[in-house]
Amino acid sequence: MIPLSAYVALSAILFITGLLGVLIRRNFIIVLMSVEIMLNAANINLVAFSHYLESMAGQMAALFVIAIAAGEAAVGLAIIIVVFRGKIATNVDQINLLKW
Amino acid sequence: MIYLLFGYFATVSILAGVFTIALKNPVHCGLSLLALLLHVAGLFVMLNAEFLAAVQIIVYAGAILILYLFVLMLLNLKTEEQFLHKKYPFFLFAGVAILGELLILIFQTPYGGIKGKVTPEVLLNVGPSHAIGITMFSDYLLLFEIVGVFLLGAVIGAIVLAKPSPTPESAGDGPTEVIKS
Amino acid sequence: MSDFIVILIPVFPLLAVLINGLLGHRYSPELAGKIALSSVGLSFLCALTVFTSTVSSGTAREVIAYSWFFGGDLHVNLGFLIDPLTGIMLMVVTGVGFLIHVYSVGYMHGEEGFTRFFVYMNLFMVSMLLLVMGNNFLVLFIGWEGVGLCSYLLIGYYFSKVSAAKAATKAFVVNRIGDAGFLLAIFLVFVNFKTLDYTKVLANVGQLSTEMATAIALCLLVGAVGKSAQLPLYIWLPDAMEGPTPVSALIHAATMVTAGVYMVVRTHVLFDMAPIAMGTVAVIGGATALFAATIGLVQTDIKRVLAYSTVSQLGYMFLACGVGAYVAAIFHLVTHAFFKALLFLSAGSVIHALGGEQDLRKMGGLAKKIPITYKVFLIGTLAIAGIPPLAGFWSKDEIMAHAFVNHHYGLYAMAAIGAFLTSFYMFRLTYLTFFGTSRVEPEVEHHIHESPSKMTVPLMILAGLALLGGFIGVPPEHGWLHGFLAGVAIPIGVVPHEVSAGTLLGLMGVAVGIALAGWGLAHYMYSLHTKAADEWAERSPAVYRTLLNKYYVDEIYDVIFVESFKKIGRAWDWFDQNVIDRVVRGIGHGADSSGAGITWTEKHVIYAGLNVVGYANHLLAWSWRKLQTGLVNHYAAVIVIGLFILVHFVLVWLTGKSVL
Repeated sequence: MIPLSAYVALSAILFITGLLGVLIRRNFIIVLMSVEIMLNAANINLVAFSHYLESMAGQMAALFVIAIAAGEAAVGLAIIIVVFRGKIATNVDQINLLKW
Repeated sequence: MIYLLFGYFATVSILAGVFTIALKNPVHCGLSLLALLLHVAGLFVMLNAEFLAAVQIIVYAGAILILYLFVLMLLNLKTEEQFLHKKYPFFLFAGVAILGELLILIFQTPYGGIKGKVTPEVLLNVGPSHAIGITMFSDYLLLFEIVGVFLLGAVIGAIVLAKPSPTPESAGDGPTEVIKS
Repeated sequence: MSDFIVILIPVFPLLAVLINGLLGHRYSPELAGKIALSSVGLSFLCALTVFTSTVSSGTAREVIAYSWFFGGDLHVNLGFLIDPLTGIMLMVVTGVGFLIHVYSVGYMHGEEGFTRFFVYMNLFMVSMLLLVMGNNFLVLFIGWEGVGLCSYLLIGYYFSKVSAAKAATKAFVVNRIGDAGFLLAIFLVFVNFKTLDYTKVLANVGQLSTEMATAIALCLLVGAVGKSAQLPLYIWLPDAMEGPTPVSALIHAATMVTAGVYMVVRTHVLFDMAPIAMGTVAVIGGATALFAATIGLVQTDIKRVLAYSTVSQLGYMFLACGVGAYVAAIFHLVTHAFFKALLFLSAGSVIHALGGEQDLRKMGGLAKKIPITYKVFLIGTLAIAGIPPLAGFWSKDEIMAHAFVNHHYGLYAMAAIGAFLTSFYMFRLTYLTFFGTSRVEPEVEHHIHESPSKMTVPLMILAGLALLGGFIGVPPEHGWLHGFLAGVAIPIGVVPHEVSAGTLLGLMGVAVGIALAGWGLAHYMYSLHTKAADEWAERSPAVYRTLLNKYYVDEIYDVIFVESFKKIGRAWDWFDQNVIDRVVRGIGHGADSSGAGITWTEKHVIYAGLNVVGYANHLLAWSWRKLQTGLVNHYAAVIVIGLFILVHFVLVWLTGKSVL
C-alpha cells in the first residue's frame, strides 16, 4: 500500500509547481495552464483521501472540480482573446493599470 | 509492483509540471500539460477511481487542453526571449521554501479521519460508474444541478466575451465601449 | 389692626410712587396727580388715626414691620416707633404735605413732567415718613438719605436749566457732608451700645462717658447742620429755590429741613449728657439765625428772601434745642411749618399770577389785583414776624424766654436782633410785592389773575392754621403741647426754672415790641419813604454789596474747598493716566510681544517639526509606493507568501511545537 502521505506530498509538489508557474510566467496562456496544474494537484489530493478514507465524497468533489475547471478555462480563454484582440497587452507585465 | 507504477506516474507528473512552467514555447508547454494530465489519470486508476480517470482524459485532456491549443494557435504569439518575470528568482526561492516546509509538515503529520463505508471491495464489486452515479444522484443532486447552471453561465460568458466588437456606428453608449480598444 | 394702620402710613405714598413711576406714561397726568393726592390723603387719615390713639393713650408704641437684617451683634428691624413726638411730626408731615400736594396739582398744571413731579413728591413723603416713624437709627438714616435724594431730584426738576442742575448737585453734596458726620455718629452709637434701637440706646445713655456722649452728639450735629442748613452748611438752601415753588414749600419749609431738628430732639438725652455739644448747638443756631436774617434784608428774589428766612428760623429751632427747650423747638417747628408753607405757596401764587416773575423790583401794587393771595401772604407775614396772637409769636417768644430765663443772655440778644430783622424783611417783602406803585412789566400786567381754587383753598387752610395753630402751646410752658410732649422732650437733669409771671409777661412785651418796631421801620422805608432803601444802600455801598452777595460765602467756599478738591481730583487723574494706564499699557505691550513670540515659535518651530514629520512620511511613502507595481503576479505572490507565513505561525501556535 502506498502511504497517503506520498500522495499528499505529490499533490503538494504539483501545487507549488503550478503556483510558481502562475507567479513567474509572463505569457497569459501559460499562466492559465499553471492554474490547471494546480487544479490537478488538488484533484489528486481529493481522490487519494477518498480512497484512503473509503468514501465517495472525494471522487465526487474531484468530478466537480473537473467540471468547474472546464468552465473556468473557457471563460479565461475568452478574456485572453478579448485582451489580445484589443491590443491592450500580450503579456502579464503590460497589465499594470493598478500601478500608482 | 504498485510502488513502481506509483513512482513512475508520480515522477513523470512532476517532471511534466515543471516542464509546463519552464519551457519557452507555449505549445511545448501545452504538450507537457497533456503528459501531466494523462499520468494523473493513471494515478486515479491506481486509486480505484476509474470513472474519474476516464472523465479526466475525456474532458480535461480531450476538451480543455484542445481549447488551450486552439487559442494558442489562434493568437499566434511570438516566442519571446524573456519569458519569465524580471524578478523570478525571488519567487522561485520563495516557492521552493514554501515547498520545503510543506513537505516537512506533510511527513510529520499523522493522518486520520472518519472512514466511510465504501471499501475498495465494495467499489470493485459495484463498479466505479455505479458508485459515482448512485452517490451523485442521491447525495449530491443539488450540487450537480448547480454545476450544470455554472457551466451554462460559463458558456454564455465565453460567448459574450469573445464576440466580435460591433462597428463604431452601430455601437451605442454602454459597457461595450469598454471592450473596444 | 392699629399696627397695620401704622404700617400703611408710608405704604400709601409708596404705592403711588410705584404706580405712577412704572405705569405713569400710560395714562393722563391728571390721573397721576389724583393718585398721588389720594395716597397722601389716605396717609394723612391713617396718621390722624394713629395720632388720636396716641393722644388718648399717651404711651409710646413700637410696631415692627419686619426683621430686616442681623449679623453679629447687630439686629436691625424695619420698625416704627409711635410716641407723641412722632405723632406731632406725622401730623405736620402728612397734613401740610397733603395741602401742598393739592396746591401743586394746580400750580404744576400743564407742566411737562407732571407725573414725574408727583412720583418724586410721593417718594419724598415716603422717605420723610420713614424718617420720623423709624424706631432705630438705621431707618432714620434711610429716610434721611431718601429725603436728600428726593430734594436733589426735585430741585433739579427743571433739569435742562444749568443753574437748576447745579443747585441740585450742590444740595446733595452739602447734604452728604453732613451725612458723613451722621454716619460716624451711628457707628459710635453701635460701638457703644451694640444696638441701634432708640428705646435701648436712649435708655442706657447714662452709661456713656461725657466725652463719648459729646463725640456722638457732635457727630449727630454735623448731620443736622447739613440737613437743616445751619452754619456752615446752609449754602444749598438758597440755591435750592431753583426748584418749583411747591417743592420749596414742602421740602425746605415744612418738612425736610426740620429733620435735623427732629433728630436732635429725638436723641436729646445724648445732648443733655454733653453740655459742650448743647452749647455748640445753641451757638450755631443763634449765629445762623442772625446771619441769615442779615442776608435776607437786601435780597431781590422773592423766594430767596423766604429761603434765608427759613435758614434763620431753623436757627431759632436749634437755639431752642441748645438751651434745652426741646418742646419749644418742636412747637416752633410746627408753627413754622404752617406759616412758612403758607408764605412759600402764596409766593408761588404771586409768581403764577405774574407769569413767572420772581424779582421784587418788578413787582408792586398787587394787593388789589390778587386779593386772596395778598390776604394770606399778609397773615403769613404777621405770623412769622411774631405778632400776637398768631402762631409765630407764641413759639418764638417761648424760645426767647427760655434763653433768657436760663441765663443765656448772649443767645437771647442774638435771637432778639434776629426777630427784629425778621419782622423787618418780611414786611419789606410784603410792601415791595403788594403795595406801592406797580413796577410790573406792562406785558405781564395784563395777565395778572388770581390763582385757581385748587391753589387758594390750601392757602386759606394754611392761613387758618397760622392764625390758630399757636394755641396748642398756650399758655407758655403749660399748653397742651407741653403736656403731650412731656414724656419725650423734657431735658433730663434739668430743673425747670420757675419764673414769675411778670418776667414772662415782660418778655412777651419785649417780643411784641421788637416785632412792631420791625414793622414800623419797614413801613417807613418801603411804604412812606420809598426812596429810603436806596439812600441807605448808597450810604454804605460796601455793606450793601456784602449783604447782597451773601457775604461772599459761596465764593470763599469755592476757593478753599472746591478748588482744592478739584486739584486733588486732577492730580489723581494725572496719576491714573500716566502711572496706572502706563502700567496697563505696558502689560498690553507685553502681551503683544509674547503673542508675537509665540507666533514666531509656532511658525518656525512647530510647523517646522510638522513639516519634517510630513516630509519623512513622504519619503517613507515614496519607498513603499514601489510595492505597488500594478502587476497582479506580484500581488498574488505577496498574498501567497503572506498566507503561508500566517498558516505557519498558526500551526506553530496550535500544535505547540516550535518551528517545524
